[in-house]
Formats: sequence, C-alpha cells, structure tokens
Amino acid sequence: MDASQIIFFLSAALILVSALFVVTARNLVHAALWLIATLFGVAVLYVLLEAGFLAVVQVVVYIGAIAILFIFAVMLTRRDLLSQSSQTNANWPVALGVSALSLAAIAFIARGFGFSLDRPLAPVPTDSLERLGQALVSPQQFVLPFEVASVLLVAALVGAVYVAMNKK
Amino acid sequence: MQNPWVYLGLFLLVGIIIPIVPIAFSALIAPRKPNPIKQSTYECGIETVGESWVQFKAQYYVFALVFLIFDVETVFLFPWALALNAQNPAVLPAFIAIEGVIFILILVAGLVYTWRKGLLEWA
Repeated sequence: MDASQIIFFLSAALILVSALFVVTARNLVHAALWLIATLFGVAVLYVLLEAGFLAVVQVVVYIGAIAILFIFAVMLTRRDLLSQSSQTNANWPVALGVSALSLAAIAFIARGFGFSLDRPLAPVPTDSLERLGQALVSPQQFVLPFEVASVLLVAALVGAVYVAMNKK
Repeated sequence: MQNPWVYLGLFLLVGIIIPIVPIAFSALIAPRKPNPIKQSTYECGIETVGESWVQFKAQYYVFALVFLIFDVETVFLFPWALALNAQNPAVLPAFIAIEGVIFILILVAGLVYTWRKGLLEWA
C-alpha cells in the first residue's frame, strides 16, 4: 500500500463514520459539525483524484458557505423544539427501501464502467484550471453558459431573498 | 516533496496534533475535584444569565444566503482570472475582461435587489 492508498482509506473511513454521526447525533449543532467532517473527507478524495480546484471549491462553497448556512439555521431554531422532536418518523421503512434501491442502482451502473484497482488515473494536465478558464470565455465553447450561470445565481438570490423577506 | 498537497496534509496533521497534545496532557495529569461553582459556565467572571442556546437573529440567515451566492460567483471568477492572465489567450484579453464585467454586473443586479428590498439593513 502506498501513501495515497492509506490517505484514501483514512478519508473514506472519515466520510462514512462522520456521515453516520450526521444522521444519528441528537444535537443538531454536532450533526452540522460532523457534516463538515464528511464534506472535508470528500475534498480529500478530490485531491487524490488530482481535481485540486474541485477540492478547493468543496472547501470554500460547501464547508465555507453551506455548512455555515446550516449552522445559522440550527441556531435560529429553539432548543426545546429540538429535544422534544423524534429523530425518526413513520416513513423510515420507505426511506430505507428508497436508499437500498438507489445503492443497488449505483452499484449496477458502476459495474458497467469496469472499475478495477490496476486501472490508472487518466492523466491530468498541469494547466487544467487555465484550460477551464479558456473554455469558459471562448465564444466557440462555453461563454454563453458562463453568463447564464450568472443569471442562474441571480435567480437563486432573488428567490432566496423573496422567501426570506418579511412580507407585510 | 514535489506534490504541493503534501504540505497541506502536513499542516493538517500539525493542526490536529497541536490542540490534542495539551488537552490530553492536562486530562492525564490534572487533579479532578469538581464542585458546582467550578463546573458553572465561565463568562468573563460575570455570573451567567439564562441559557447558552439563545435564538439568533433571523437576519444572519439572509446574510449567509447572500454570501453563498457570491461565494459561488468567486468559484467562476478563479478560472476566468486565469484565462485573462494566460500566455496565449484563445480570445482577445479585452473580450475576456468584458465577459467578466458582464458576469459581475448581472450579479450586482441581484445585490441591488437585495439592498432595495431592505434585507441588508440591520433592523
């Protein structure tokens, strides 16, 4: 086993264990902190796949913004509300069935890709981020989706603001 | 060490070890004689009032939402900035710059909307 395999197994274990704690933690703040650990483990996996920019995005957007949003949402709720509510409801067998079906579907599709341990990683060019930038700005490629992404972000912002607005 | 991620991993490792060592050390050698006053929450020497879990102002949530949007915006601006700084750009640098300005201006419209709706006011 080389170093990257050890790091892979450590981060995979971190992801699985902390994901388990996310759903079992009684305290919602603890659940949010375990979620951060899960997301960080995924970022480490991105690094191992030589997708460094994606790893940075994972940390900046998911840990830096979305997890913070979750923690704010938890802090907005009242504590007695949390301790009285149950962690499961009557729908848990349905949820279990849907999860098992999804896992089976992913496993079935993944078999078709022919994953194996000795299959090497596709070579990643060192200037991949610059190539992404070039693709985003060149008119032959993705300049329209690049600008449309901005419109999409504004739509998300306006929608969130509208929902959060104190309607009089 | 040619892989720069190794440095980050080392920083992570040191960052985990440094807080663990004093906590574990004090847990090992510190005498334990708890009493109610010792166990009470300490806050600047003033006696604490009420619960520690207070309900936060809902406005924090709006700020976090707006921050999330602009956080995603920066994700797009990093590759854009690299393309602008490229040695042999595929298109005219001025064109790339204008594209970025349009991208930001569309998002500024969202910011102006939030501002005009008064969500940035600390009410």
